[in-house]
Amino acid sequence: MKTGENGSKRDVPDMRVVSQAVPKVDSEALVTGKAVYTNDLAPSDCLIVKIIRSPHAHALIKDINTARAEAVPGIECILTYKDCPDKRFTMAGQTYPEPSPYDRLILDQRMRFVGDAAAIVAGTSEEAVKKAMGLVKIRYEVLEPVLDFRSAKDNPILVHPESSWKSLCPVGADNKRNLCAHGECGEGDVEEVLASCDHVIDRVYHTKANQQAMMETFRTYTSLDAYGRLNVVSSTQVPFHVRRILANALDVPKSKIRVVKPRIGGGFGAKQTSVSEVYPALVTWKTGKPAKIIYTREESLTASSPRHEMEMHVRLGADKEGRIRAIDLYTLSNTGAFGEHGPTTVGLSGHKSIPLYGKTEAFRFAYDVVYTNVMSSGAYRGYGATQGIFAVESAVNELAQELGMDPAVLREKNLVREGQAMPAYYGETAKSCALDRCLARAKEMIGWDEKYPCRDMGNGKVRGVGVALAMQGSGISGVDTGSVAIKVNDDGFYSLMIGATDMGTGCDTILSQMAAECLDCDIEDIIVHGVDTDVSPYDCGSYASSTTYVTGMAVVRTCEALREKICEKGAEYLGCSVDDVEFNGAEVTDMKTGKSITRKEIGNRVMCSNNEALSASEAFSSPTSPPPFMAGIAEVEIDRETGVVEMVDYAAVVDCGTVVNPSLARVQTEGGIAQGIGMALFEDVVYNQKGKNYSNSFMQYKIPSRLDVGTIRVEFESSYEPTGPFGAKSIGEIVINTPSPAISNAIQNAVGVIIRELPMTAEKVYRGMQELKEK
Amino acid sequence: MEIQFILNKKQVTAEVGPDAVLLGVLRGLGCKSVKCGCETTNCGLCTVWIDGKSRLSCSVLAAGISGHEITTLEGVEEEAAEFGRFLADEGGEQCGFCSPGFIMNVLAMKRELADPDLDEIKEYLAGNLCRCTGYMSQLRAIQKYMAAQKEKEEKEARA
Amino acid sequence: MITIGNYVKPKTLEEAYELNQARSSRVMGGMMWMRLGNARVKTLIDLSDLGLDQIEDEGNVIKIGAMCTLRQIEQCQALKDLYGDGIAESVRHIVGVQFRNQATIGGSIYGRFGFSDVLTAFLALDTFVELYEGGTIRLSEFVRRRRDKDILLSVIVRKSKRKFRYESIRQTKTDFPVIACSVVTGIVHGQETWYFSVGARPMKAALLEKKWEIPPDASEETIAEYAKQAASEFTYGSNMRGSAGYRKHLAEVLIRREMMSILAEGR
Repeated sequence: MKTGENGSKRDVPDMRVVSQAVPKVDSEALVTGKAVYTNDLAPSDCLIVKIIRSPHAHALIKDINTARAEAVPGIECILTYKDCPDKRFTMAGQTYPEPSPYDRLILDQRMRFVGDAAAIVAGTSEEAVKKAMGLVKIRYEVLEPVLDFRSAKDNPILVHPESSWKSLCPVGADNKRNLCAHGECGEGDVEEVLASCDHVIDRVYHTKANQQAMMETFRTYTSLDAYGRLNVVSSTQVPFHVRRILANALDVPKSKIRVVKPRIGGGFGAKQTSVSEVYPALVTWKTGKPAKIIYTREESLTASSPRHEMEMHVRLGADKEGRIRAIDLYTLSNTGAFGEHGPTTVGLSGHKSIPLYGKTEAFRFAYDVVYTNVMSSGAYRGYGATQGIFAVESAVNELAQELGMDPAVLREKNLVREGQAMPAYYGETAKSCALDRCLARAKEMIGWDEKYPCRDMGNGKVRGVGVALAMQGSGISGVDTGSVAIKVNDDGFYSLMIGATDMGTGCDTILSQMAAECLDCDIEDIIVHGVDTDVSPYDCGSYASSTTYVTGMAVVRTCEALREKICEKGAEYLGCSVDDVEFNGAEVTDMKTGKSITRKEIGNRVMCSNNEALSASEAFSSPTSPPPFMAGIAEVEIDRETGVVEMVDYAAVVDCGTVVNPSLARVQTEGGIAQGIGMALFEDVVYNQKGKNYSNSFMQYKIPSRLDVGTIRVEFESSYEPTGPFGAKSIGEIVINTPSPAISNAIQNAVGVIIRELPMTAEKVYRGMQELKEK
Repeated sequence: MEIQFILNKKQVTAEVGPDAVLLGVLRGLGCKSVKCGCETTNCGLCTVWIDGKSRLSCSVLAAGISGHEITTLEGVEEEAAEFGRFLADEGGEQCGFCSPGFIMNVLAMKRELADPDLDEIKEYLAGNLCRCTGYMSQLRAIQKYMAAQKEKEEKEARA
Repeated sequence: MITIGNYVKPKTLEEAYELNQARSSRVMGGMMWMRLGNARVKTLIDLSDLGLDQIEDEGNVIKIGAMCTLRQIEQCQALKDLYGDGIAESVRHIVGVQFRNQATIGGSIYGRFGFSDVLTAFLALDTFVELYEGGTIRLSEFVRRRRDKDILLSVIVRKSKRKFRYESIRQTKTDFPVIACSVVTGIVHGQETWYFSVGARPMKAALLEKKWEIPPDASEETIAEYAKQAASEFTYGSNMRGSAGYRKHLAEVLIRREMMSILAEGR
């Protein structure tokens, strides 16, 4: 045992594999371009599936004439709403019963956004399908759309007037009011505390829809197997949920469906919604033939599952000394045409922003989630926390300005500390929290005390620094379930079977590291199987920052169970009592006689005359969701004349508990910050007045290039989470949360301009400077 | 129409339509490393070399490449694996989907620029987007790889 | 996406020109933009075999073949010797090296796109285009012309003692410009003359010529007045990258900076 670093007094065990920067187990295949992704694996005889999409934001299909299109040589089928089961479902990849309403059909008569699926065309070649698409004649009755989410609630125009609309959970949804969810919670009397505060910041912040923009677009191929079952190979984060979603959508038993996840070219939450699976599935189910759909980038940017646009009204009360006494937050969230992840993302906007401040006497958090006629929203890294943290952290920065106080010092006074209860975080206690150390270290890294608030660079440029804090969760408490199976093979190598989905994030690697640590072996002794719902143990999937924490604990439990079984087998073969043996990873030794048997021998012997399989399988679900914490400090350079903002430096310090793989955790953090920089400065989904999406290509939806992110520097301040595997918490999502508020604060500190609507473009900074001049 | 060209040092013949783009033709010929990320020339995933120069295969008409020499990652696998180890050590491949195009352009840069500094590296690779990594790990990998290459060359020169 | 009936790589200019006379024929450049349109092209004409991919120093002029890539221009020593780093600056933000290895100057100039950095840069210089049928005409005239069936063979820059600056503002470093400005000055017919070209307004680049005699030691305020005057003579529009008012402001700032930089060099 050694003492934990950074002054933490806890004892952490010496670790050989966990905490090491092990390269990803699949890295060699990836860097040599091997055929491991969905479209690389699809059989060449797949029917090509494409979607005819609505040109109208709101319309009813009056007539579809497919006769001429069907006559195109090579066309296999053209499917319309008449060919689909009339049973609503949700595409949200969530645990059943899903909080997201059942508001979809595979194809519907009502078109709810520009890009909504009107018909499916399948044929033997891309050329034939494209030709046929042009020949399908659809007559629409164009209806007035609801495009402004501020006026959607109780609007006479309904996005989902249908009586078959259904909400499975009590989330406050009401389709007759365009409401996808509504809720309110709190503690203490917010109004009373606010009334007695010396300072109250009362502001409205607005974050836009953002695209996950993973490099591999949505894609799926399907076929029937020898048993007549539907086989689905898909780029998804949620294979088991996809099985249920497809069973619902096609109205067939779940036993008829098998979902396989190959390597995935990124997800970031986008693929927690079953965006592409239903279309080839329907084609294969109808025709019996293999089929595939590869979303174009345009489809991926116009008919997908972006971040929920949110408008947040924050009231923040403090005393003269800067003690934050009350936080009141109302969030209005735009779920778009369908309710995927609508009721759940909004919750994080309050539950993962308000608890950052540990001394509040009262809080209130209320929200409405509304339907509108734009593309449906979904899950994107941060999942509502990103939006809420932009609002609350910006308000804290505005409070600092009003108090004339350094915003870092204001936070030092108020931030949540280890051992504190977090009333706004479902009453959980921060059992592990190094947020104070994160902030202190981030300040050191950037040179806060020398650089705050800004430095005139003498050439018309000014550099400012800005700060923000963040938290997230580690899985969904009481819901997320991860199970793991491990078996011992001949020669003693292990097969690790998981249902968690590596989407490039490296969970196949870090879960192997944990298993190798538990089993006292090398990581090379373990092989991992990608997810196949027919054989993998159940896992809800990789989302909600759950894999390291939830599935990781399942790995630990499974390994413990397997070790016992190995000991039992070893004792049996050694002819001694199991109480007398020890397993050191390589061999089981009878401590009385010193006789031992190797793992290799045991592995080989259990394959002959054996009545008990040498394998183990355990599950884990957590009653709590311990938050990782983070401090981010941005340094930006602003051109005083043009308003152009350049990223100079970003210092980030993360407390994700024990860091399981330092290089992968670091890259997660750097990547999340880069995405956050894009969100802060230029990523925007822009619609015209008729609801047409202009941000339909990488020419128009700009994600950061390597010239746009400045320098990103990451360090870790470890805490030890007692309920997590090896003390670990999550890392995947929290990392996107600080850039928007920190960059906003850096702009504020540099030129005095406060921007409350993302993205913070140069023009907005310029206009802000002009307004200040005029004052 | 029939086209003949050199693919990864081998003469190949393919039958293509007049509007077929090189990307699809190369994948059809088994070069699955070549990925499509955007269709609009913005992402760099489809980078291959034509006569030694990095190009975007999503926007090259296959019809025009007769007589030219095409190189994909499959054609420089050993070198890719060597650099790839540096990349993997930094965790800089992440999902790996942009890696082939990125590595092709890194290797093109190595051939074109003698001793690039950080700004030159960033500028040369600006057309290779990556959504996972935030780019820092890739830069670390490149710098370590370049340093190792230099050391190797110096060693060889001394020997 | 474009559909193409027939791909042809002519062996002579005559053949290319003849093929291009059909209404549904098109000449291709780097295929960067044309591919993204929905045109139905019966005959696509590739000029790759016609030796139009060279930059030649012909004494009084630099002749850039229409099929020269933007990367060739970026790396051209002759252009750098004449006009400094401005030429490279005008293309180096365009997407990435791979893109610039492919996009051609012929395609950029012929397209007369609003966002074109290349057009903005060359318009301010003493530039001509050589057309197969129409002979050699000024680029500024070509920009105003309606598209026709002629073929652009080369872009010709007359060598002259002119100072050149190029600057642009972009939302991301490799995005289309929000605004692009180039400023050129030199002695024309014995008189100091300033040329301003502003592109991505978002309309295509336009040229302004001013017979301004500005002493190298002119005050910052004086130069700012000139810049304001120059910027005000262009029209601006709004799109998702910026408003007309902001563009005008940026044009004024960039023109002033470029003028200051040129005048500082003369001191």
